[in-house]
Amino acid sequence: MIRVVLPAHLRGLARISGDVLLEVPAPVTQRSVLDALEQRYPMLRGTIRDHVTKQRRAFVRFFACQEDLSHESPDAPLPDAVAAGQEPFLIIGATAGG
Amino acid sequence: MGGVRVLVGTRKGAFILRSDEKREQWDVQGPLFGGWEIYHMKGSPVDPNRIYASQSGGWFGQVIQRSDDGGETWQPVGNEFIYDGVPGTHQWYDGTQHPWEFKRVWHLEPSLSDRDTVYAGVEDAALFRSTDGGQTWHELSGLRKHGSGPTWQPGAGGMCLHTIVIDPSNQQRMYIAISAAGAFRTDDGGETWQPINRGLRSEFLPDPDAETGHCVHNLAIHPSRPDVVFMQKHWDVMRTDNAGELWYEISGNLPSDFGFPIAVHAHEPETVYVVPIKSDSEHFPPDGRLRVYRSRTGGNEWEALTEGLPQSNCYVNVLRDAMAVDTCDPCGIYFGTSGGQVYASANSGDSWTAIVRDLPPVLSIEVQTLP
Repeated sequence: MIRVVLPAHLRGLARISGDVLLEVPAPVTQRSVLDALEQRYPMLRGTIRDHVTKQRRAFVRFFACQEDLSHESPDAPLPDAVAAGQEPFLIIGATAGG
Repeated sequence: MGGVRVLVGTRKGAFILRSDEKREQWDVQGPLFGGWEIYHMKGSPVDPNRIYASQSGGWFGQVIQRSDDGGETWQPVGNEFIYDGVPGTHQWYDGTQHPWEFKRVWHLEPSLSDRDTVYAGVEDAALFRSTDGGQTWHELSGLRKHGSGPTWQPGAGGMCLHTIVIDPSNQQRMYIAISAAGAFRTDDGGETWQPINRGLRSEFLPDPDAETGHCVHNLAIHPSRPDVVFMQKHWDVMRTDNAGELWYEISGNLPSDFGFPIAVHAHEPETVYVVPIKSDSEHFPPDGRLRVYRSRTGGNEWEALTEGLPQSNCYVNVLRDAMAVDTCDPCGIYFGTSGGQVYASANSGDSWTAIVRDLPPVLSIEVQTLP
């Protein structure tokens, strides 16, 4: 199971408390994780990435295993520890605007 | 049930203020959607329990919320706003052409006859319509594709379609306003549009009498006389008596004719309200005195309404969608400030009290008078 941590704004929108556990078939990538997340929580569509282009929104960041993966290809495999459920995939609202 | 429900959109969430028709004691619900900007909330005139809300933010974009129980519970509905066809370009600050990009929904206007139909005015300026209660949205692109579109350019607050007024006697007719393109009218339900800016004069334009480019801040009508439209412009308070064919100035003795909102009394079509602001850069009341101005003559002759409003050291602003009226008798007037106060008058503006004082900056106010 993949563990996803959402920022407070999106937990409120999706009425989630705590982390999200997702069954994601291999290969585990940003795209496959976000696809599974939006499948379960359709209200998150458009809030993390664009509806059409699937581009990450400008002030959203993806972290895992102490690394910023925001600029990685959405189809690049996520770290093994994320795919194994040992480390969470973090979706972050960037520090912006003071 | 009866009473009044005031829907307050703020910079950091929504609030719902409820009272009986005396409008003396208020219950405050909120914050709803805490941490998000609520540009606008509005209830359906057909079904007051149906309320739509525009929720947005810089991080996570646009969400539309809908309530079917008068704001007690909410569900997110559709947030996919895709421009029809090739979006094209409009003028940018530096004079170059810039592609149309959706940023947010400024205003939601529910249909007067169908609770599932609602219009959305968005930035970059366009008009969308949903006929399924906000689940899906489709652009009425005749407006954006109007010939002048490439010449439109953003005002300081962005290139937003912020005002939608539906003619209750003929719902095929609607008025909209865009900063900084001007006012437009459709007579065929939104398929085609014409600019209605003749008589407006804007000194910041190379041609002050241009057909488009005027920074219209807000429009208001009285339901009984939909051809009479009142306008608060960037500077100047204006009026048309023929559905926008020609405007004339009614600023009269106002201390400043700059401002954002304008509203019409629910029972007196010639009674109009504005909140003068000192200037286009000094967005606060003249002399630090918060005064609503009322004209009972359809403009030109204005009286200051001050009882209960701060008359010293007050430097708040009142935004374009942050004033509304109820339909009780006497008519109630409401406005919200950038300082987080919501002021109400239950006597047509003669005196005011603050329902709440310390909300986040208020972006919008709408009022529902409940049956």
